[in-house]
Amino acid sequence: MASCCSKKCFHCKGQLPQNPIQVEVSDTTLLTCSEQCAETTRNIAHAGLMSFYEHRSEPSTASDERQKPVTSWESFERPAVMRQFVRDAGNEEKIADLLIQGVHCAACTWLIENSLGRRTGVRSIEVNPVTTRAALRWNPAEVRLAELLQEIARLGYTPVPFTEQAIHAATDKDARLALRRLLLAGLGMMEVSGYAVAMYAGAFQGMDPSIHEFFRLISMLVATPVVLYSGAPFFAGCWRAMKSRRMTMDVPVGLAIAAAYFASVWNTFTGSGEVYFDSATMFVFFLSGTRYLEAAGRHRAFDLTHALAQHIPSTTVRLRETGREEVGVLELEQGDVVLVPKGSAFPADGVLLDSGAEIDESMLTGESIPVLREAGDTVAAGTLNAGCNALRVSVDRIGSDTVLAQIGRLVMQASNDRPELLQLTDRVASVFVSAVLLIAFVTAIVWWQIDPSQTFPIILSVLVVTCPCALALATPAALTVATTVLARRGFLIRRGQALHALAQVNHMVFDKTGTLTENALQIERTVAGKDTDEEAALNIAAALEASSAHPIARAFRNQTNITPANELLHIPGGGLEGRVDGQIFRIGTAEFAGALNAAHGNELRISNPNTRTIYLGSQSGLLARFEIAEKLRAGTPALLRHLQALGIQSTIASGDHPAVVRALANRIGASDCHGGMLPEQKLALVKELQSRGEIVAAVGDGINDSPVLAGANVSIAMGNGTSIAQHSADCIWLGNQLTGMESAFVMARRTMGVVRQNIAWALVYNLTAIPLAVAGLLDPWMAALGMSLSSLLVMLNALRLGIPAANEEHENSAAHARNRELPVEIAT
Amino acid sequence: MSIIYVLIPLGLLVLGSAVAAFFWAVRSGQFDDLESPAWRILLDDDRAPPQPEGPPKIEPR
Repeated sequence: MASCCSKKCFHCKGQLPQNPIQVEVSDTTLLTCSEQCAETTRNIAHAGLMSFYEHRSEPSTASDERQKPVTSWESFERPAVMRQFVRDAGNEEKIADLLIQGVHCAACTWLIENSLGRRTGVRSIEVNPVTTRAALRWNPAEVRLAELLQEIARLGYTPVPFTEQAIHAATDKDARLALRRLLLAGLGMMEVSGYAVAMYAGAFQGMDPSIHEFFRLISMLVATPVVLYSGAPFFAGCWRAMKSRRMTMDVPVGLAIAAAYFASVWNTFTGSGEVYFDSATMFVFFLSGTRYLEAAGRHRAFDLTHALAQHIPSTTVRLRETGREEVGVLELEQGDVVLVPKGSAFPADGVLLDSGAEIDESMLTGESIPVLREAGDTVAAGTLNAGCNALRVSVDRIGSDTVLAQIGRLVMQASNDRPELLQLTDRVASVFVSAVLLIAFVTAIVWWQIDPSQTFPIILSVLVVTCPCALALATPAALTVATTVLARRGFLIRRGQALHALAQVNHMVFDKTGTLTENALQIERTVAGKDTDEEAALNIAAALEASSAHPIARAFRNQTNITPANELLHIPGGGLEGRVDGQIFRIGTAEFAGALNAAHGNELRISNPNTRTIYLGSQSGLLARFEIAEKLRAGTPALLRHLQALGIQSTIASGDHPAVVRALANRIGASDCHGGMLPEQKLALVKELQSRGEIVAAVGDGINDSPVLAGANVSIAMGNGTSIAQHSADCIWLGNQLTGMESAFVMARRTMGVVRQNIAWALVYNLTAIPLAVAGLLDPWMAALGMSLSSLLVMLNALRLGIPAANEEHENSAAHARNRELPVEIAT
Repeated sequence: MSIIYVLIPLGLLVLGSAVAAFFWAVRSGQFDDLESPAWRILLDDDRAPPQPEGPPKIEPR
């Protein structure tokens, strides 16, 4: 167990304050940084689950001041709220679908499952550590849901109702069906191959014709469910493509499986020719296998984004003449007045009834500093009350009418009309299929003239020999390997198309806040006047800001050794006033801080639009100036250099002040920058670049970036960004630094190289085999061997992608080091 | 060699039961989460929680 002398909080591993809170556990004293951490540790210890601390792989989430602790879980039991995430399980039991925020690893799920599993009335609880989803099954007659949610909260996690279960149930069902198909194909393939070996041996050593016949029949019996059940997706894809008159890879695949299968069935019943049941089942198995692995990698990425951190709270406080009541957000009606506590998100679009509100609109605009709003101004659902007081809002629009929902629709629209890059294999497939069909047709006519009785067997052998095993495997094999390798480096691919586009990108559009910079602010420079020194000024400022939830206040949190100010007064739009060591101080704008004594310290005033500046003042005038800036993400200039080397230009598009954006662009070496942009304008910028023929990759993290992400050729969302951004992106970058992201472009280009080699090889194989088959010279075993070997070669070539290229060595080791921090590893 | 007419159908029976077992396993959700079960066995803890006040419970064996 951790010693009492460690300098970090036992629970969240955060910095310990001056006076840590002690928790007595059996014989040891543990130190924690806050009352909340202490309480959680006590609860875990009381439940006898201390081994959680030995097994967890990451520190637990610290209690964030912006995260509103839900005061009453009872409101989750209101019918209107319950309907969204609770379903009946029969037997008078119910199942609640929850997302549990703060779950990192298997130890977290163990903790929750163990402590809740013991409660009477809980039938089962399963927590998935990757998706953080939980299914809680309980009997409402024995225990109340509110108590169970309370229990989860007591362990330091936040349960959130999961309302997308319908979507999720569908993907779960698809994944299970794909797995069943793969399993059947695998077992069937093994069985049929066994019979095939016996038949090959029989062909050389002699075999009783009746036994040979028996083997053929049994092979058919096993191959039939494999082809019909496991092969169904290929036939469906083939049919869809033919119906819409497009040539995709599914067309030759579907035709080849059908041809091999029906030729074999025909030969089995007529007792003539060869059977290809082994080739057909093996082909189905290999293809299902690559598709399953590819889909599994993507599902993982989807699962991550489904872990929706909800922007709109599910319950809120409604003010009535009779008093206040806690209600579900969906129960709200236009004209209702709700009370939004400080630090909480607004549940609906509405009109402010209180003045002097400071609203954090970074979700919509990307602007990191809260803006001042007066009574009568409108606020958007999902934005935060960053001020010091609770605010009253008259509800205007809820649910699908809110600005947030409109952005969601903009995202849908943009992703629908994004320019699709034609897949290389589909292009090849269309030529290939037409050629094969033409050749088969010509062969049929020619052989009809020569020897009509030979026509059907030869047509069949042409169709079987052209079975595009290698061609069909060429792309998925390479994509699967690349997706897995990139996932291990923290770059998750959500759409298969993304790699094609990534390889062609020549322009990258970055968001600023949250992407190039971290969300936190830091003090760039402190300038003290002649009456004080920097350290003292910082301490006074930290004392004033200690209890504020304002983003600027958090920049001062590093100061230790402070006693919070008293008689604190918050002047919206101005700053804070308070008494430190008996003296009145003000921190805020120059006008506000200097108002105590306008005569002194005015030499500190500057007007530099590149930074945000706040001032500290007292009755003896202005004392100090703090220049605040966003913290640049580590490795940003390095990434831009790497991109330039790859021939990729970088543009910054931000909603922030143009001057701030310009300063940042100069600092990191971006080729172009645009400030003050709305989401629509960002999208227009991307569209304009695309109309100039550029292939654009967009990187962003916020809701305001999601239309751009959806409209770009390929988009990358930051792993710590909002879920809506991740929903609209093709890829997710999990790293905290930006360096290493360029390896995705390198990998994409290498992948496309391998795909091209594979396709070239497959075409060469088929082009040599077809003439032989047309001439009737090819023995069936040669065709079978050639097919297997060419598929194997393609697979091996794809596996080369797993080996880092010479110039990638160093990046790989860096990525490896980073990997330890990643929440997910894709297992293969 | 006529034993093969018995053995191969027997083999098919085994195949059929294997497929049935797999399908059952997939349907009952055993393949949904391939990660946490591997951890669960390592985490299983026999340190019992502190017993609440009252007469000690006797575990039925």
